[in-house]
Amino acid sequence: MAKKLIEISHVNKTYRDKTRGDTVALDDVSLDIFENEFVCVVGPSGCGKTTLLNIIAGLERFDSGSVSMNGAPVVGPGPDRGVIFQQYALFPWMTVKKNIEYGMKYKKVRRPAGEIDPKTNAPREKTEYTKLTKEEKRALSEKYIKMVNLQGFENAYPKQLSGGMKQRVAIARGYAVAPDVLLMDEPFGALDAQTRAQLQEDLLVTWQEEKKTCFFITHDVEEAVLLATKIVIMSARPGKVMEIVDVNLPYPRNQATKLLPEFVEMKNRIWNTVYQMYLEVRK
Amino acid sequence: MADLEKNRPQAEEPAPPKVKARKLKDFSDGTRATRITLNVVSVVCAVILWLVLSSSSSLNTFLASPAQVWEALQEEIASNGRYFKDLSISLQRVMIGFGTGFICAIPVAFLMGWYPKVRNLLEPWIQFLRTIPPLAMIPLVILAAGLTEKAKYIIIFIASFLVVVVTVYQGIRQVDLTLVKAAYTFGARDMNLFLDVMVPEAFPYILVGARLAVASSLTTLIAAEMTGTIYGLGARIQLAQQYMNTSVVLLGIITIGVIGYILDKILLLLEARLTRWK
Ligand SMILES: Nc1ncnc2c1ncn2[C@@H]1O[C@H](COP(=O)(O)OP(=O)(O)OP(=O)(O)O)[C@@H](O)[C@H]1O
Ligand SMILES: [Mg+2]
Repeated sequence: MAKKLIEISHVNKTYRDKTRGDTVALDDVSLDIFENEFVCVVGPSGCGKTTLLNIIAGLERFDSGSVSMNGAPVVGPGPDRGVIFQQYALFPWMTVKKNIEYGMKYKKVRRPAGEIDPKTNAPREKTEYTKLTKEEKRALSEKYIKMVNLQGFENAYPKQLSGGMKQRVAIARGYAVAPDVLLMDEPFGALDAQTRAQLQEDLLVTWQEEKKTCFFITHDVEEAVLLATKIVIMSARPGKVMEIVDVNLPYPRNQATKLLPEFVEMKNRIWNTVYQMYLEVRK
Repeated sequence: MADLEKNRPQAEEPAPPKVKARKLKDFSDGTRATRITLNVVSVVCAVILWLVLSSSSSLNTFLASPAQVWEALQEEIASNGRYFKDLSISLQRVMIGFGTGFICAIPVAFLMGWYPKVRNLLEPWIQFLRTIPPLAMIPLVILAAGLTEKAKYIIIFIASFLVVVVTVYQGIRQVDLTLVKAAYTFGARDMNLFLDVMVPEAFPYILVGARLAVASSLTTLIAAEMTGTIYGLGARIQLAQQYMNTSVVLLGIITIGVIGYILDKILLLLEARLTRWK
């Protein structure tokens, strides 16, 4: 049995607003995320997906319930949870390489006793946690720039990149930090179909290599079925977890997986569930 | 009814309005050559205008000619006169007053922009003091510090401090919160945040603040130097006025303009250098 990484239990969140009235964004939401899972969240617009992600990231307060990561309650943001923001959140004054290296700036890694300390050139006396060295950061940023196919753009500024390239930098930065879990909020939402397909494949390859735990929001059911090992369907107003579906499609997956009958069948079923909710909200 | 319609004389179909083909305006700044040529032409025209005006009999009682001003400058250089002492004293006052004002203003602006408590405590005061022209404080500062160098530094400090605080504070309020959140998720603390995100994000505002403060410092400097001071460009201009030395008056004025222009250009250059990512 895989290790439980994140435990969300009975979380409630209401946005209070004197003029517009209160909005119940999350109503008694419970969800467990295990190590090596790729969790996709789908649901109609405004059902609280972003709110849930922000709560896990520690970037939003909640009213009641509990959220814990590795057994410790989540009280704020931290480098154990990487966030890939929908608006990329690249630092415009840093080059691609600097952006990726900045992600690792405050990260500390475990150095076991006995390992050679490059500073003193002697084995460490005890296990320590220290920051990454310049060389380590450079090596990692090179590795992930390669992974997202951005070689040659290391020294470009974000304004010189297209939307898809910016998104790839954000993904590379997320991976380079190597958090325990990656939280992604509709990362491919603003991209054209080809770039999107390309990045989905990249993400699948990377996930099959590293098995990095992911929490991935999308409004595209097909994307969810392609990427996920587990799909969380949320309903709107108030935001609740309606259904959790395990996706047992075989790996390796790629764009061709979309043609499998099991894939189509599952996609249609989930799509109908979401669409029914959409109709209910419209009523 | 239908009859009326029928009997109305058939109006002729008016021709559609003519659309003149128009060339798109050139939004670029022009080539380097035309830019420089126009700048030179502008300077030459101004000097010619000055020549003409200063030769008119009604104006030349107070307006020295370019040649006279040039001569006055030559004389100062040849005799190693007090012009350079005035210049260096004035520059020193601006640098110290502006420098300390600028350095103290940055952290205050950051604290105000970031911590609501600090903001609410300080904002009314900053906004109130900002509306008072620094010149109005000169008498008070002189009473407090006497006719000393310190008094001048204090006045220029006040002038630049307030301008920089207000401008940089605006900049901090504009910072993209997504970037702040991103930095938090990488493990940055508040202190890191200032240097990593706030300073670069607010950088254009910091430079605008510096430029406004330089202008305000020069104004305040000259006014401060005109009250009971022996040295400094302001004092020199006033002294020359008392002796009806029109060429030195003009030399002083032009010098102040040149200082302001050079300082502004340096800051602009810095901006172009440091915000190439924009
Ligand atoms: N800062 C806020 N203040 C007030 N209400 C908010 C705020 N943020 C979100 N809401 C409300 O909470 C509800 C859930 O919002 P949320 O952004 O989590 O939805 P979502 O599922 O991410 O939607 P989408 O798919 O459109 O991104 C919405 O009804 C929204 O109006
Ligand atoms: Mg959202």
